[in-house]
Amino acid sequence: MRIAVDPIACDAHGLCAELLPEVIVLDEWGYPVIADAKLPARLEGLARRAVSACPTLALRLKADTPAVNGSRRRTGR
Amino acid sequence: MSLPRLLRGLEDVPLDRDGHGRVHGELPADTDGRALVAELRRARLRGRGGGGFPLAIKLKAVRRGRRPAVLVVNGCEGEPLSIKDHLLLTRLPHLVIDGALALARAAGAADIRFALDEGDLVGDDMLNWALDARPELRGGRIAATVAAVPSGYVSGQETGLVRWHNEGVAAPTSVPPRVTERGIGRRPTLVSNVETVAHVALIARHGAEWFAQLGTAEEPGTALVTLAGAVARPGVYEIALGTRLGALLDTAGGAVQEIDAYLVGGYAGTWVPAPRAGALVLCEAGLRAVGARLGSGVILALPTSACPVAEMARVTRWLASESSGQCGPCVRGLGAIADAFESIAAGGARPSVLDDLTRWCRLSRGRGACAHPDGVAQLVTSALDLFSVDLLDHARHGPCDACERPPQLTVPAFALRG
Ligand SMILES: Cc1cc2nc3c(=O)[nH]c(=O)nc-3n(C[C@H](O)[C@H](O)[C@H](O)COP(=O)(O)O)c2cc1C
Ligand code: SF4
Ligand code: SF4
Repeated sequence: MRIAVDPIACDAHGLCAELLPEVIVLDEWGYPVIADAKLPARLEGLARRAVSACPTLALRLKADTPAVNGSRRRTGR
Repeated sequence: MSLPRLLRGLEDVPLDRDGHGRVHGELPADTDGRALVAELRRARLRGRGGGGFPLAIKLKAVRRGRRPAVLVVNGCEGEPLSIKDHLLLTRLPHLVIDGALALARAAGAADIRFALDEGDLVGDDMLNWALDARPELRGGRIAATVAAVPSGYVSGQETGLVRWHNEGVAAPTSVPPRVTERGIGRRPTLVSNVETVAHVALIARHGAEWFAQLGTAEEPGTALVTLAGAVARPGVYEIALGTRLGALLDTAGGAVQEIDAYLVGGYAGTWVPAPRAGALVLCEAGLRAVGARLGSGVILALPTSACPVAEMARVTRWLASESSGQCGPCVRGLGAIADAFESIAAGGARPSVLDDLTRWCRLSRGRGACAHPDGVAQLVTSALDLFSVDLLDHARHGPCDACERPPQLTVPAFALRG
């Protein structure tokens, strides 16, 4: 499991970093930077709490293997 | 068929329906598109809009959908120096239309939307002129329409195109859902670049084996490159993938001034020092070796008479102003990067500003809803590598003589207001 943020929805409330500092730190503007790593099983409960605590519903949990059918680009255009 | 492929018939411009038929022959009738799906998989054609994603994978995803798909042919060409899609649309529109028709059949789409920049009046004219010669596409089993999309660097990003069609707002949305699952009118949507679609027109005729007669084993086929800057004959060139940049430059008459660096991949691209440029192998694998990508195919030769600091200050400000303004890290990160370049160019910036720039690049990558910040980070990171002496010189001593010269990295003028 991984945690992901929707950057359009996120309003930099910062609650997530308080609830899950092992995985989420805030950048200098208050937006969450999420560690690019698998969630340890024992953090899953806290991760769910962080997801439901986000006031703008910007966080979600996603399965570990990213889907392959998309067209998201690696860099740039 | 050797080179040119896509650009064949360019001398009789613009190529009308009959002329197009004489040059390329007719599109084979493959009404359910199944043969083409297999052929495109074997051809391993990658998208030419900048992302380089394999077309067959997206095609498979839209075909899996329960509802009939929509095909968007992306002709927005928001990259300021790129003119390849415009060239195809204005001079060889029937090739693009054939490719769209073939790809729509393969995708199971009854609906083709050509998306053009609202400012591309000639593209719009020529495409409509060509569509008038295809009455079957004006309300037949497969219908094609042309949409004018607001100008802008990110307008041509695929979720933004879908949102424009759905809500009239040309700004990206969050993923998921992917447009291949839920796009225009909630239908599976295939967004493909104009050049990609033109390649499909030829693969539909000649097949994957023919396609692979040019290019590398890993990356078959040809690609269009827009060559800009201080070369004798700037413009659009069709190259076999794997061609060396040195060979392309020779074809273009070589450099007309001493060159400092080449920008490969447009404004989301990578700076490569001139001494290493001639040996660059133009394909994803060859460019990956130097940390670059072909992207949308723009290559700019920056002469030593230009000031890289002034160029970067101008272009990063413009790129920051083109953010759709929805994601905090993009708005703040790109804004901070542009401010830093401006302070460096003006003089009096602290040397630690380069460390700040490195950090903001890292903080920009992968943190927007679309890849716009990633592109800026790529451009800036390579500029920090290559131009650190120029940057520190300006930071300490202020503007140089070259700062006021006309720009090489041009940006649309309207965006420079204020
Ligand atoms: C900021 C940004 C701008 C883009 N602009 C364009 C564009 O102007 N034209 C284009 O074809 N693709 C553009 N793209 C890429 C599209 O999102 C999409 O990947 C592409 O149209 C798919 O076609 P292809 O697979 O044939 O390359 C842009 C992407 C980003 C992140
Ligand atoms: S709690 Fe939600 S809105 Fe606040 S920073 Fe975290 S993701 Fe963003
Ligand atoms: S990353 Fe930037 S350009 Fe892309 S959607 Fe977010 S704010 Fe807009």
